[in-house]
Amino acid sequence: MALLMELRNVTKTFGGGVTKTMALDDMTFGVEADFPHIVTIAGESGSGKTTMMMLLLGFYEPTLGSVLYNDVNIWKMTHSETRDFRRNVQAVFQDPFAVYNPFYKVDNLLSIPIKNFKLANSKKEARQLMENALSRVGLRPEETLGRFPHQLSGGQRQRIAVARALVLNPKLLIADEPVSMVDASLRATILKQIRELNQDLRIPILYITHDLTTAYHVSDYILVLYHGSVMEAGDVEQVIRDPKHPYTKLLVNSIPWPDPSHLWGEAVEAVTKKVRAEHAGCKFADRCPHVFDKCLESKPPLYISSETMLKSTVGHAAACYLYEGANMLEKDQNLITLFHQ
Amino acid sequence: MSTPLIEIKDLRTYFYVKAGTVKAVDGVNLILERGVKLGLVGESGSGKTTMALAILRMIKPPGTVEGQILLDGVDLIKLSGEEMRKTRLGQIAMIPQGAMNSLNPVARIRATMAEGMIDHGIRLSKEEMNKRIANLLEIVELPAKVAKMYPHELSGGMKQRVTVAIAISLRPKVLIADEPTSALDVVIQRQVMETVTRLVKELDLSMILIGHDMGLMAQSVDKLAVMYAGKLAETGDIRDMFSDPLHPYTQALISSLPALGKRGVFHGLPGIPPSVINPPIGCLFCSRCPKVIPSVCAEQTPVLREVKPGRWVSCHLYKE
Repeated sequence: MALLMELRNVTKTFGGGVTKTMALDDMTFGVEADFPHIVTIAGESGSGKTTMMMLLLGFYEPTLGSVLYNDVNIWKMTHSETRDFRRNVQAVFQDPFAVYNPFYKVDNLLSIPIKNFKLANSKKEARQLMENALSRVGLRPEETLGRFPHQLSGGQRQRIAVARALVLNPKLLIADEPVSMVDASLRATILKQIRELNQDLRIPILYITHDLTTAYHVSDYILVLYHGSVMEAGDVEQVIRDPKHPYTKLLVNSIPWPDPSHLWGEAVEAVTKKVRAEHAGCKFADRCPHVFDKCLESKPPLYISSETMLKSTVGHAAACYLYEGANMLEKDQNLITLFHQ
Repeated sequence: MSTPLIEIKDLRTYFYVKAGTVKAVDGVNLILERGVKLGLVGESGSGKTTMALAILRMIKPPGTVEGQILLDGVDLIKLSGEEMRKTRLGQIAMIPQGAMNSLNPVARIRATMAEGMIDHGIRLSKEEMNKRIANLLEIVELPAKVAKMYPHELSGGMKQRVTVAIAISLRPKVLIADEPTSALDVVIQRQVMETVTRLVKELDLSMILIGHDMGLMAQSVDKLAVMYAGKLAETGDIRDMFSDPLHPYTQALISSLPALGKRGVFHGLPGIPPSVINPPIGCLFCSRCPKVIPSVCAEQTPVLREVKPGRWVSCHLYKE
């Protein structure tokens, strides 16, 4: 399987000395070109999910390891390779207000990439491209083009941002919390369009979020991050319905499901044993109700859940010594291989 | 029948601006009974925060507030500035939205907490005040040493707990919480919300919880009021509202929610919320409504009426 993008043993630290923070810890993860699925990268603030996106987009340089696009390190690319990478890996950001320059009409956001990458030979052709992209995301071009950002709602602006990514016909779309600042009634519409894009255009999408309810609906697979490490990965249905890792259990238990008869489950997080501050073990150890000595000694590998092995279905693995004895994912084995066993 | 704790009658909050009249809250009638947690939901711009500010009389010119807000039979709109100042925090306390911005960064938590109490005429010796603050912090499940700390030393969840402690410091009758957990992670959100709902029960308070997160509402409140473009669309018991939404807007809102059920089913709500600058007559939802009645909805403004016991709906579909 050819990997379109890959993080190979990537570590990213910020600062130094006492304030040194490890945002991403030895992560190996890839996206396959011919495996167009939506993968959610979930985690709370500080889990490293945004750092991962910034590394994939080449906005941060990894401290250790390498970020590869078509097997070429993105930090050692030639000019034309960089252009190709920039064109084919597109992002949609969280804030639909900040991506626009308020002095320009929204057309600007769409026409700049067309101009930069010389996608059109005439003004008419450019206009046609813009209109096609807008109708793809369910906007009427005549109602959006020629307007200023403040004349449109947050949902419309976010959809134009998606349209901008589509104009370039990308090979990978990275969406960082695309609906967290959009009103509830419009959220479903945007998520539906993201899903349709993934299926119609066969673009793999990385959906970065802290909201497991939308992740459950929009994505196929999920990675749960905690302090820069993967805690659990697998099929989204399995992970959310039957979480294995104590951290994922805590997260899933805290989801406020919009259903008054499905109330929050058992009380969460009895802060347990005092764990010594510095240890090389599991990052979740100091909050984990099941912590035992081994957890503090070394970082647990990803154990593949036994159900997976029995049914030989899609993988589901948790980095927790509670499942010691089960098959492990090799240290450098790409997580994506878990998704198609 | 006992009088309700808060009775809002025909509340109108208009802003007179150059472009016209912004009817941010337009003729809202709402009742909050004692011991009840009421959720107020709506999209951005629906007027939910404006209504909270109007109850606290914190609308500034060019905004105007008309109507009646009765707290235990006393009309807050008729109170003098000084009386209203005493009522805030003393009887109605607000838990603000962004805890990170609502605490003074250069004052210790102790000073911030004491300020409100001293200002409302509580005279205590230093030891007594320290004891009282330690007690309040304990109630919101924070260690006593927090009193000596500065806001930047606390996490988001802890800061939000401090604002809760301030809000209950004078044992008010009503808490108004404006998206108290929107900036917090799910795990912390749950812990803070559980503390707040526990306090409401233990201290016998009533609460108005403002937000747009229907999931959080389903977990935390007893009654729900849905606002749309400055007006109430529907109010009722939370379980009833979720199982049998009557107003087409509530129906669309509830079916658009991602529940733990069948995956990949999305029911979006087409269209965009209307502008509340010089709103037209008729139902403001009619341009997005799937059940619009031609020649009625766009011409007559629906009024909120009781469709079945405890359920009030503002929609032409339920006319007798």
